[in-house]
Amino acid sequence: MSNPTVAADTLKRQPKRSRFKSYIRKTWPLHVLLLPAVVIAFIYNYIPIMGIVIAFKDYKPWLGLGGSPWVGLDHFRYLFEYPDGMQIIRNTLIIAFAKIVTQMFIPVIFALLLNEIRIKWFKRTAQTFVYLPHFLSWVILGGIFVDILSIRGGIVNRFLGMFGIDPISFLSNGDWFRVTVVVSDAWKDFGFSAIIFLAAIAATSPSLYEAAEIDGANRWQQVIHVTLPAITPIFIVVATLSLGRVLDAGFDQIFNLYNPLVYNKGDIIDTFVYRVGLLGSQYSFATAIGFFKSIIGFIMIVISYRLAYKLANYRIF
Amino acid sequence: MRYYSNTYKVFQVFNYIFIGLLSLACIMPLVHILAVSLSSRDAATANIVNFIPIDFTLAAYKETLGNDNFLRALWIGVQRTVLGTVLSIGITMMAAYSLSKENYRFRGRNIYSWYFIVIMLFNGGLIPTYLVVSNTGLMDTIWALVVPTAVNVWNMILMLNFFRNLPPELEEAALIDGAGHFRTLFSIFIPVSMPSVATILLFTMVMHWNSWFDGIIYMTKIQDYPLASFLHTIVVKENFSEVGVDLAALNQISNRTVKSSQIFIGALPILLVYPFLQKYFVKGIVMGSVKG
Repeated sequence: MSNPTVAADTLKRQPKRSRFKSYIRKTWPLHVLLLPAVVIAFIYNYIPIMGIVIAFKDYKPWLGLGGSPWVGLDHFRYLFEYPDGMQIIRNTLIIAFAKIVTQMFIPVIFALLLNEIRIKWFKRTAQTFVYLPHFLSWVILGGIFVDILSIRGGIVNRFLGMFGIDPISFLSNGDWFRVTVVVSDAWKDFGFSAIIFLAAIAATSPSLYEAAEIDGANRWQQVIHVTLPAITPIFIVVATLSLGRVLDAGFDQIFNLYNPLVYNKGDIIDTFVYRVGLLGSQYSFATAIGFFKSIIGFIMIVISYRLAYKLANYRIF
Repeated sequence: MRYYSNTYKVFQVFNYIFIGLLSLACIMPLVHILAVSLSSRDAATANIVNFIPIDFTLAAYKETLGNDNFLRALWIGVQRTVLGTVLSIGITMMAAYSLSKENYRFRGRNIYSWYFIVIMLFNGGLIPTYLVVSNTGLMDTIWALVVPTAVNVWNMILMLNFFRNLPPELEEAALIDGAGHFRTLFSIFIPVSMPSVATILLFTMVMHWNSWFDGIIYMTKIQDYPLASFLHTIVVKENFSEVGVDLAALNQISNRTVKSSQIFIGALPILLVYPFLQKYFVKGIVMGSVKG
């Protein structure tokens, strides 16, 4: 086997050209194995990143990238002057913020409650059921929700009718649409998000509980003084990292659930980019909006990483 | 015997009921759709189906599986999943093998690592990616669905960490027996890492089966849609006239039962691999996110 120091010594003694030759001779298979990934990443990841330049141009496909005139920040300004621009940003912020809050607290509460379940098979079955929706796509779930939330005899409205509640137009009334989006998102992912907290609880040393019990703590006090402190660091990490999603209101979900009746309160940046950019062929304007969103997201991620490091001493890199 | 207070016992009763109902709430929508799809048209239209089929019939499934458009989309969905998974896993494993070498044995490794970390952090967004895909001539071909997403950096990191944890003697023995890098990778590394390859394989398959948006933007004709994109169009937009379900058939079977059967067939592959997925994902997630 090659010893690092010996290998380095032999390399040093050789003249420059044959050193390069020997490097190639030894490592060419490694470069070849990387080649497909490098080429695909270059074409489909690096070129689009460079393509963001069209956000500062008035890109017309027939003029090409070089032929299209520069327009500076016009597209960004247009976003804020656009009649619906502020409304769309507001919708995005409201929906994304509500989702962040629900996705922060519901999984923790669920994990704490599930932890009190002592019967093994009951716990396992419950976990199997609650993780499932995470793996179904929003196309499938969108189809299901459109059916069960239907105002004409959908099963949810029929159920509410048993308590004398009038049918609710979950998907065609703007305010209810927002509620539906946030609740159904929580429904889809709360179980899956709880896994990380369940793991933190499981990793807590049993001796801490024993000590608390000897000191006379009841179950409730054990939760407050042992379990909660044990999951606080991971909770802070999850909470701060979710700040990066403050402009991510969930394209897949909203695109599969919304309709023109709720554009007013349910249209978000991503769906707007799709409609304006691809359906309306305003490539530059849509790229500018998308870029604006990425920048905000990136700034939030940087801030939240720093917060996570400060509050919970957590480093990703 | 542990002593529990009465309050705690009362709490436990409510807790079991609550967790039980919550768990049921997670699968009941799917059960309802299945029940509707197996019910007669009349029962579905009268809105009396809850969680058990009424007037059990397979008519909706016969209708769905007799629809050429649906079958074509299903076939494209399967092709796309198989092709995309093989391509992505192959490219990812090859790259992960090279990146798993130590720096002194593969100088320049760091440059490659940063090259891939950058694409994990930044992306060009919808429009620039779309323009590149259309300018590279992938529009309306299945390659548009599998090539742009083929490099998955997360999977690459998982895989390279697994390769690193293999005993070094394994590679040394292969080297002494005269195997080069290619042979070491394909005859030694991949066979011994089958368990972790299986995990990544399952997740990539689920990702491909569930992807619908790329089908909608990169395919101009509805006949080229994979199943997920097809379902988006017919189920969510209820765009029946465009996809060629003939209206005479609609009169015989309520489109609600047919729609439900299509949704259920779309969800079925996920339900089938779910038991295997569950075995892996809990471990995988915990390893990746709780450090130390």
